[in-house]
Amino acid sequence: MKVELKIFRFNPETDKKSRFDTYKVDAEPTDRVLDSLMHVYRNEDGSLAFRKSCAHGVCGSDAMRINGKERLACKTLIQDVADAEGDTILIEPLRHMTVQKDLMVDQSEFLERFKKVSPFLIPLEEAPEKGEYIQSQIQRDAIDDATKCINCGACYSACPILETNPDFLGPAALVHASRFIYDSRDKGLDTRLEILDQPNGVWACDSHFECTRVCPRGIKITKLINMTKREIKKRKGE
Amino acid sequence: MDFDYEVLIVGAGGAGLYAALEASRTGKTAVLTKVYPQRSHTGAAQGGIGAALGNVEEDKPEWHAFDTVKGGDYLVDQNAALILADDAVRAVYDLENRGLPFSRTEEGKIDQRRFGGHTRNFGEGPVRRACYAADRTGHMILQTLYQQCIKNEVAFYDEFFVLDIMMDGDTPTGLIVFELATGKVRTFRAKVILFATGGFGRMFKITSNAYSNTGDGPAILARNGIPLMDMEFFQIHPTGIRDMGILITEGVRGEGGILYNSQGEAFMKRYAPTMLDLAPRDMISRAIMTEIFEGRGIKGNRKIDDYVYLDASHLGRKKVEEKIPDIAEFCRTYLDVDPADAPMPVQPTAHYAMGGIPTNIDGQVWTGEKQYMGLYAAGECACVSVHGANRLGTNSLVDLVVFGRRAGQHIAEYVKDAPTGQADSDKAAWWEDRIEKLKSSRGNHPGEIFDSMQETMMGKVGVYRTGSEMEKAVKSLQDLRLAYENVSVHAKAENFNAEVQTVLELGNLLDLALHTAASALNREESRGAHSRDDFPERNDEDWLKHSLSTLKENKVTFRYRAVDVHKWEPKPRVY
Repeated sequence: MKVELKIFRFNPETDKKSRFDTYKVDAEPTDRVLDSLMHVYRNEDGSLAFRKSCAHGVCGSDAMRINGKERLACKTLIQDVADAEGDTILIEPLRHMTVQKDLMVDQSEFLERFKKVSPFLIPLEEAPEKGEYIQSQIQRDAIDDATKCINCGACYSACPILETNPDFLGPAALVHASRFIYDSRDKGLDTRLEILDQPNGVWACDSHFECTRVCPRGIKITKLINMTKREIKKRKGE
Repeated sequence: MDFDYEVLIVGAGGAGLYAALEASRTGKTAVLTKVYPQRSHTGAAQGGIGAALGNVEEDKPEWHAFDTVKGGDYLVDQNAALILADDAVRAVYDLENRGLPFSRTEEGKIDQRRFGGHTRNFGEGPVRRACYAADRTGHMILQTLYQQCIKNEVAFYDEFFVLDIMMDGDTPTGLIVFELATGKVRTFRAKVILFATGGFGRMFKITSNAYSNTGDGPAILARNGIPLMDMEFFQIHPTGIRDMGILITEGVRGEGGILYNSQGEAFMKRYAPTMLDLAPRDMISRAIMTEIFEGRGIKGNRKIDDYVYLDASHLGRKKVEEKIPDIAEFCRTYLDVDPADAPMPVQPTAHYAMGGIPTNIDGQVWTGEKQYMGLYAAGECACVSVHGANRLGTNSLVDLVVFGRRAGQHIAEYVKDAPTGQADSDKAAWWEDRIEKLKSSRGNHPGEIFDSMQETMMGKVGVYRTGSEMEKAVKSLQDLRLAYENVSVHAKAENFNAEVQTVLELGNLLDLALHTAASALNREESRGAHSRDDFPERNDEDWLKHSLSTLKENKVTFRYRAVDVHKWEPKPRVY
């Protein structure tokens, strides 16, 4: 089928304002949106800037807004976003991050917030001399959902809180906090409490569920944030 | 010099991150990566990491080493395989202790499952050796190592694409780097450089590899006169999603998945009566292609685009969701197939480079004749050699953690007294000029050359190979390399000009494709993944040796290095 890609273009170094460029491409309904972007890039317009790598939804490079919703271009089939011949697919960069060029956004602040929650194991006890920590299947299940996160930034872009409160830590960082809080091998809240128990930490979240709706890994992000809130209340004896 | 370090690590996948963690203990270390570290391709590895923990049944590192040697069709260096298997146990425990969330047994230990070619007691039958975290083991290894790098405040240069190495004689002195954000050519000084740039499967049309897998490390070193080892051995994984190449982990067969042809026959019984669907990858890829060429593919057209079925539906929904959740999602997303209900259409997909930069067991670049001090490689871009002619499933993750860690430890010692060489600064000017010319010339877009290279490699240097077809491939690749000289970059911007990077990556791939095709044409036997119908037998008398290829003026020449066979004598390889 023939579709039109209507793509956001902006180079802050040369453009005064952004525009949309339209490209007509031939695509199979089961092609990925990324395949069409690659076709344009390699054969028509090498100036089009976007990130990509694994092309099957596990590296998180190509998160962008497609028809107004945060998605991975490599996990979105043409047939998911265009019904009929000649349909237009609208492609824009993620929100709440500065556009570096076209569909590329500056992720440094986003990653700084991820680093703030101490996203690494802080062991509860000294590592065994030889062998593994013992962790039951039930304890392991408690962190399963959060360990799926690939830090693609889709949830961060979709979060309505960040529109009015740009200092909110954001859903992705909170997912990583939860991943360790519930790890039976980790000290949990102790070191992370200072950053999480803040107006711009976990309490800024109003449970809009937009993060959960767009997560390309199907993580129940809002639920994890609410569990963390409960854990903090419990810790403080509320 | 723009930046001054003692140790530079190129690549932020598992091998690079592990090396950085170790090296940074004594040396001032930076990691240069062309993608963000969390995007590295290690994250795409699914099924498991092999280690003889013996958590669910008896297992021994020696059995793991033997399987590795036999799986590699005896082209594996046996001392390296013994180290691989021994260190694997320590590395897996170390990763767990650093927070890796492995799947667990009922006793709370690391769980283990079956994988192709993993056997007990030197081939008697399958053994559960693959430690796993659902079907995102690589993702969890990458995350855990990156988390540890954050904890240890390792310096990262994200989206810095390495163009070239500076040497003083045989000693590295620094790197020339393209900074994507500014388009500027930067220079980094160092005494020690480690390449951990991963694979180069993007030279093939159907591949499980990321767009970023363009073999930059081996291509750079090869252009600087270092020969590449065993480039003819490229693993075609038997089960990629039809047409797309997205991998369906061998863990599916480890959990009991079975391959079927169009007649509903579980055909592996005719090819590997003992190991069946858990035979090594090269054998299964050949079995699938034989079924297809004999008309028993699902389409029945006897062509390379036909496919077979991999069925896991009999495992039940609970097991599918628990053991292979990502695979189930891939199938639903890309094929509209739910593997709990229906079989998955699969075809072989280019997956893993067994060859690469020759190193010793501490990651030092070593050609057999010459050892380079201060120059290291680890992970898929390196060739230790522990994979020989065919890598066993899970041994890629084992290789990168074991040898990434060992190289980092060796660097941590070496850097203390490492000499400082005189950097070759003319090279930076040469690269600035080269990029300027790419932008100012008016040539073609790179698309056609990309397509042509990928089709040539897939069609002529794939699962089955013949001399005459490979001769055509070599000629085509030589022509493509000439045509490549007329490719230009159409985007003129300085900032985030990814087209510059893409065109230079294509140059790297073309070099490595020619190394691969010429090496395959040169090796007149069949061994592991290298299967020729004009030389169908393994020939130990003439070919039990590593090949070392050098590309100069569009021609590839060869030298050889002996294989270490001190422990197990080569035998016919049957399963």
